[in-house]
Parts: sequence; structure tokens; C-alpha cells
Amino acid sequence: MGQQAYELEMITGENEMKKDVDFHEEMFLEMDGVSQNESFARVVVASFLARANPTLEQVDDVKTAVSEAVTNAIVHGYAEKKGKVHIRATLTPKELTVSVQDFGVGIEDVAMAMEPFYTTVLDGSRSGMGFCMMEAFMDEVKLISQPGEGTCVFMRKNLCEEEEQDTEQK
Amino acid sequence: MAEKTRTTKEEMMYEVYGESLMVYLPDELDDHNCRGIREDMDNIMRMHYISEIIFDFSKTKFMDSSGIGVLLGRCRIIKERGGNVVVQGENARIRRILTISGIYRVVIQKKPGEGEVWDSRHMN
Repeated sequence: MGQQAYELEMITGENEMKKDVDFHEEMFLEMDGVSQNESFARVVVASFLARANPTLEQVDDVKTAVSEAVTNAIVHGYAEKKGKVHIRATLTPKELTVSVQDFGVGIEDVAMAMEPFYTTVLDGSRSGMGFCMMEAFMDEVKLISQPGEGTCVFMRKNLCEEEEQDTEQK
Repeated sequence: MAEKTRTTKEEMMYEVYGESLMVYLPDELDDHNCRGIREDMDNIMRMHYISEIIFDFSKTKFMDSSGIGVLLGRCRIIKERGGNVVVQGENARIRRILTISGIYRVVIQKKPGEGEVWDSRHMN
């Protein structure tokens, strides 16, 4: 018994050491493009991010950005038609990257789509601010799209800068 | 008199007082939840003449641009009637999102303890 407990400690100890120095983890999620999955997606990415010990603000920022990207895929990419949304994320102590991909209609003019208040839904129910939100809360946002083939949003969030600022404040 | 328009499991989401509509927003205000709210509000505004909408964010912990869309859409209708849209009870996170969207330029922000706060629980 005693020996077992000791071994267990050693294993956890090793893992923690590894975590402190360096780690690189990846995740992939495939889900149906339905609106119920918007909250599912942001909770999954937030739990993945939790391993890097992020600040609450960083978690909120990432949740909002993921929600925007997944909503875009479902509302605009598939426009209520069936389809899959792919989410890939990588995590290191320094940064989180998330890409959200759909295989829907795609975007003709990427620059125009990223403009504030631009929206293709004309009934006044959409703010046209999805990309603004992503850009406001993430450190890098890239949009790759091919009409008829789909859209991929790539986002990156720095994790250490703000942590350093936090320790300075303390 | 107050009309209780719809009740959820825990508490009511919408209340109509004369020409005022009070909306208690849910925990999470994303595209999925906004679909129902948009529909409900359109129905209420078809049945009643509404010239003031108060959005209560007391319960809301998450919001994205879909929520902004709902606020902006209703704002447009109410402003055409010469009415007001009020937001109250928002936390720091929600305030940040509302600020980024620039919506504070078109809605009235009611801070706690400022004027009479609309709360049916005090009236009942």
C-alpha cells in the first residue's frame, strides 16, 4: 500500500513538473451545426484552456470569441441547413489557438465580411459585430474562405502577457 | 396592472406595465437563446403597444454579439415611436461587451440606486 501511494505521488509530481516547464496539447471537436452547440463549443474550449491556469478574464474573452465564430458558422455558413462544425485548438503555456471551420456557403469578400456592422441578414436582427468581438477579445484573428467550400476562422490568444501584468500589479 | 406574459420554471421573463415592457434576460445570451427572446418580444409587441423596453441583465453572465443584435433591433422599433430602451443590472463583463458595441449611445443605462428601478418583486 505504502509503495503504491509513493508511486502515485511520483507520477503526479512528474506531471506537474512537466506542466510548469512546457506542454503542448491539442484537441479536435466535430459537432453538428445546430444552435444548441454554441454553448457546448465555448464550454469545451474553456475547459481545455483551464489547464493553462488562465485568468477569469482570459476565459471570458475566449468564450465570447468562440461563441461568435461558431454562431457565424451555424447562422451564416450553413444558414439553418445541416452540416458539421470542426473546432481545433492547441494550448501551450504561452498561447491558445482555436480554429473554427465550417463547410457551408463560404464568403465571397472576406475583407467586407470583417467590417463592423456588415451583415448579410437584412431583417435587422443581427448586429454585424461578430468579427469585431473576436478581434476585440483575441490577439490575432484570420479568416480563410472559399465560396461554396466553407470558412475557417483562426484565432490566437496570448496567455502569458496578462499573467505577467497581474503579478506586477500584486 | 401587471400582466405576466410568460413564466419559466424559476421566474417570469417578461412583464408588461402599460406601455412598458420589462425583459428579464437569461443566464446566457447567445444566438440560441436570442432566437426565442426575439420571437417572444415580437409577439408581445404585436399584442401590446410598447413604447419603453427595460432589459434586466441581473442574471446574465454571458453575452455575445447576438444579444447586441436583439437590443439594436428592438431599439430601432422603439426609437421610431419616440420611446426609450433602458438597460439595468449588467455586470462588468456585460458592460464591457455593451461598451465595445457602442450601444450605450442609444440606450439609457440605469445604475443601481439611480431613480426608481423597475422591479416587479417590489410592486407585488
